[in-house]
Amino acid sequence: MITVSNISKQYESVKALTNISFSINDNEIFGLIGPDGAGKTTFMRLLTTMLLPDNGLIEANGFNTVSDYKKVRNIIGYMPGRFSLYQDLTVEENLNFFASVFNTTIEQNYDLIANIYKQIEPFKNRVAGKLSGGMKQKLALSCALIHKPEILVLDEPTTGVDAVSRMEFWQMLKRLKMKGITIIVSTPYMDEASLCDRVALIQNGQILKIDTPENIIKSYPKYLIAVNAKNKYKLIHDLRKYKNSSSVFAFGSSVHVTFKNNNTDIDELKNFLISEGNVEIDINIAQPDIEDCFMELMKAEKNE
Amino acid sequence: MKKFLSFIKKEFLHIFRDVRTLIIIFGIPIAEILIFGFAINTDIKDARIAILDLSKDATTQQITNKLLSSGYFMLETHLQTSDQIEEIFRAGRVKEVIVFEQNFAKRLEAEGKADIQLILDASEPNTANILQGYTSNIIYTYVNELNNLLPQNIVINSTVRMQYNPGMKSVFMFVPGTMAIILILISALMTSVTITREKELGTMEVLLVSPLHPTHIILGKVTPYLVLSFINVISILGLAYFVFGLPIKGNLFLLIAECLLFIFLSLSLGILISTVSKTMQQAMLISMIGLMMPSMLLSGFIFPVENMPDILYYISFAMPPRWFIEIVKDIMIKGSGLQMVWEETLILIGMTLFFIAMSIRKFKIRL
Repeated sequence: MITVSNISKQYESVKALTNISFSINDNEIFGLIGPDGAGKTTFMRLLTTMLLPDNGLIEANGFNTVSDYKKVRNIIGYMPGRFSLYQDLTVEENLNFFASVFNTTIEQNYDLIANIYKQIEPFKNRVAGKLSGGMKQKLALSCALIHKPEILVLDEPTTGVDAVSRMEFWQMLKRLKMKGITIIVSTPYMDEASLCDRVALIQNGQILKIDTPENIIKSYPKYLIAVNAKNKYKLIHDLRKYKNSSSVFAFGSSVHVTFKNNNTDIDELKNFLISEGNVEIDINIAQPDIEDCFMELMKAEKNE
Repeated sequence: MKKFLSFIKKEFLHIFRDVRTLIIIFGIPIAEILIFGFAINTDIKDARIAILDLSKDATTQQITNKLLSSGYFMLETHLQTSDQIEEIFRAGRVKEVIVFEQNFAKRLEAEGKADIQLILDASEPNTANILQGYTSNIIYTYVNELNNLLPQNIVINSTVRMQYNPGMKSVFMFVPGTMAIILILISALMTSVTITREKELGTMEVLLVSPLHPTHIILGKVTPYLVLSFINVISILGLAYFVFGLPIKGNLFLLIAECLLFIFLSLSLGILISTVSKTMQQAMLISMIGLMMPSMLLSGFIFPVENMPDILYYISFAMPPRWFIEIVKDIMIKGSGLQMVWEETLILIGMTLFFIAMSIRKFKIRL
């Protein structure tokens, strides 16, 4: 259990986190979702005792991250945002080094990393700097897990990794969760949010919402439609002109639109678009996902 | 302890995998010592000299002939009075003036001893030193020859006067000086760079989050350089002794202990630099400009401290190499014991403790 109470952190003139409080349950995958500069990394560095908070208190499994930082460091596995292993050492040397730093051996906790390590084992004599992105990430994860941490903190582990490796990575996280590890993961990819047990949406150092992905989607307040037309640029432009539209943004291959009032007539919208000269118009009711929710929450925040 | 050992092993792997580091650690010291060494040992041929012969007898003529036939000297001119000495040096026409006293042969016969004065242009200290050595040697050989023939022994006293740089400060300076520079280079520069490298690559973050104690991180980073610096000290001393025939008159163990002390000092300086700099470049700049340059210019390695303007002279007090060079010179060349160099040693110990205390104060256990 990780409890965060009234945490604030400021870098010179920039407020990175403003008075946030929440808790993370044992044995869950907790996602921090937000754009770059939202404060995700700052939070992770506070949790891993790398930074001191200006205000407030974080307790990781009962240990204060400021006064008991040594104990916290023993129970936490941390994988920083960029590849932070020794590029001039081989895969095996890196693993052995981190194992001995944590007073353990590869063999001792092999069952924990076996799944991941098996995939990079064929390259164990290659220097880490010459591995591919996905391989580096697996090695970094192995190194972070080598001491069987109770809490695993991953800062944007999937940034810059291909889609297949990303999927594999999330499957690994699911397996690690089964072994009883609490996982805190940050990502700028909204589609990964639905893979977490709970997510916190962060923006400008503040938490907009914390809930399960399902609940966040369920609580989406608006009526959402997906529109398609031949000329998408013109379509977005025209939709924004429409008197009743509230938000218009490109989403995948179509355009997602919300309205100022929820009983908007779709036919009326279609006629409006035809009159503006759009062709091949296709309008469907869309299921909102995390990204829609995030956009809406950000918008609400801005309007306040 | 196992943690610590594997950290040191990792550090050695870094060093041995990086060719550039290896060159800096082993190539530069050897190259530097050889360059300085051979630059100082260059043979001098046909050096122009002037002779002021106030006696003009058979013996002085014989000595003059010996000198000129040696191949090292070429007679520029005979001087008539001692007033001309200053003049001919000023004109830069000669490197050395040899003065035979009045009644040279007579005194030698009557009292068994006579005086020769050797005056050298010491603005080029190395040349002056070598010329003086040659001259003294030739005179000495001559006296030996005579002594074998004569019933009673005679003595020719040669007094040496160095014009312009009376202390001959840079003679034999190259070994203590280069040693100081190399130790600063390897210990301070390399450690500060290797520690900041961890910061720059982000591995410091991972190390700090681990249960590894920050002291262990630093000691682990520093120990390999302690070992390598020590190997360098031994090889420099070896080169100086076997290749250049530099004497080690004092106690070898005292000398090595003083070198170790200076290595500790440089390492603590390196740690201090690494704690205040965020990137490798910054560490390198601070080490190069803030450390190497003053160490070379203000330590007495290149310019004698005594000849410095007052301000620079006082600044040189703060330069660790200045004291180290003095210690090494005293032990190697003068054969002094600890009782002669304890003050300098205490200064170095004080500086080391100061730098260590500063680094501990500045070291961050967090980002």
